[in-house]
Amino acid sequence: MALLELSHVETYYGDSHILFDLSLTVEAGEVVCLLGRNGAGKTTTVRTIIGLTPPHTGRVILRGRDVAGFAPFRVVRLGIGFVPEDRRIFPNLTVHENLEVARRTWGNGRAGPWTEDRVFELFPILRERARQLGGTLSGGEQQMLTIARTLMGNPEVLLLDEPSEGLAPLVVETLRQQLGRLKASGLTMVLAEQNVRFVSELGDRVYIVEKGMVRYQDSMATFLADPEVRRAYLAV
Amino acid sequence: MSGLSVGMFLFLVSVGMSLIFGVTRIVNLAHGSFYMVGAYLMVTLVEVLPDRPWAFWVALLLAPLGVAMLGGVIEIGLLRLIYRRDPLMQLILTFGLILVIGTLVLLAWGPDNKSVPRPAALAGSVRVFGQPFPSYYVLVLGLAPLVALALWLVFYRTRWGMLIRAATVDREMLGALGVNVAALYTQVFVFGSALAGLGGALAAPTVAVALGMDGDVLTTAFVVVVIGGLGSFAGSFISALLVGLLQSFGILVFPAVSIVLLFAIMAVVLIVRPWGLLGRPEQ
Ligand SMILES: Nc1ncnc2c1ncn2[C@@H]1O[C@H](COP(=O)(O)OP(=O)(O)O)[C@@H](O)[C@H]1O
Ligand SMILES: [Mg+2]
Repeated sequence: MALLELSHVETYYGDSHILFDLSLTVEAGEVVCLLGRNGAGKTTTVRTIIGLTPPHTGRVILRGRDVAGFAPFRVVRLGIGFVPEDRRIFPNLTVHENLEVARRTWGNGRAGPWTEDRVFELFPILRERARQLGGTLSGGEQQMLTIARTLMGNPEVLLLDEPSEGLAPLVVETLRQQLGRLKASGLTMVLAEQNVRFVSELGDRVYIVEKGMVRYQDSMATFLADPEVRRAYLAV
Repeated sequence: MSGLSVGMFLFLVSVGMSLIFGVTRIVNLAHGSFYMVGAYLMVTLVEVLPDRPWAFWVALLLAPLGVAMLGGVIEIGLLRLIYRRDPLMQLILTFGLILVIGTLVLLAWGPDNKSVPRPAALAGSVRVFGQPFPSYYVLVLGLAPLVALALWLVFYRTRWGMLIRAATVDREMLGALGVNVAALYTQVFVFGSALAGLGGALAAPTVAVALGMDGDVLTTAFVVVVIGGLGSFAGSFISALLVGLLQSFGILVFPAVSIVLLFAIMAVVLIVRPWGLLGRPEQ
């Protein structure tokens, strides 16, 4: 059984139909990449999973349980972590406080591996900034804080929406290595991206979304070997 | 000096109002009614509790608790239904609550003004700068910095305070991090109601407890919150002291225009800094 599965999902914003019969599966321990141009429906897919934009029909199945229609906080407490594309750190809270509000306080006390100390090991710059207000961080530091914050909830599946967007090349490289360490630790991830180079080593499998539909799915290796696919569905 | 005490009552009411708005985005017009209920509960509690020195203090504790329960019932029973609705609906609902609570208070306590005796230990007066000054006001003034400090500790030194400050900027994100924001709304509403109740209970021995006190305090608290900046804790504190002083001195110097003066200041603040003295502009 897949850890996470979307089954024939149809999602709307008000009257506009965005996702069409979208299905995908995520097995425990793998990194699934969701690729597609701007406006393809990557963010909407991620928002559908976490419950911010619940699907009109179709199911979101987490460990065999349909969580479609659950409030986002319930989905999070069942083990899904969400890193939004616009970062949305709390600018009026310090770095430490941003982490603290997201700390896992639910469940049976078995908090999981991620503590403030552990996320500081992964993102050392955040330790230096711990007393600083979130709003004073640079773009790259904010991106690291968003990921660190979500890790504090000790998710089983981490959803990342375009983490490399808008970052300087050097910062993107650092972030790529950090996500690599997360993957090595066994964390399951869904990585929505446009930047193929960013995900080429991280990802195990690829789904390409266009106009709210899955147009292609295969292993990362097969995808990388076929430049035609990239030309057809992604900005080159 | 009595202006500062008035400022203290105002602070308690307006910081709760500001807190509730900051988190839930509800402008709670019934907040003055919570203050009034706090004062009326004080009347009854002081009457029914045995005539002992501790009775006043127990009443001072129980009255806000009663108001907190009222706030909880209103939040869970009514406000939850309308958070996503048009803000106008919220204004209509909370305005309706003013009328309902006013009527219920009239039915329960009758139309006559009530008074609450000051506790025996504080019934006299002390001399400050050669002027006689009621001892009860000394208590209120002594309490003001303590309450402000306690609130500061709650907001800036507890996880609950962090959640509240996070909720004032991005409720959706907070929920997407696993926080039960609906429960937080209820807690904040209950807490804000308790503060208004405490304001009313503390003010009760200094005023005539009467049916109109909800409207009076609501108007002034509203001005305080607007001047200080909706959702700003320090702003509410400073602006409550300012407005309290202004009201008392205004009434001494030119009584007829003191309320006009108040609104004139609010208008100036709104023009110069629409988000209030210490508030944050909306993004
Ligand atoms: N809040 C919204 N209301 C209506 N349409 C939206 C909204 N957000 C996104 N869309 C539309 O949904 C489609 C998919 O958007 P999105 O999921 O954000 O794409 P991506 O993340 O792949 O760039 C786009 O056509 C976009 O215009
Ligand atoms: Mg997007």
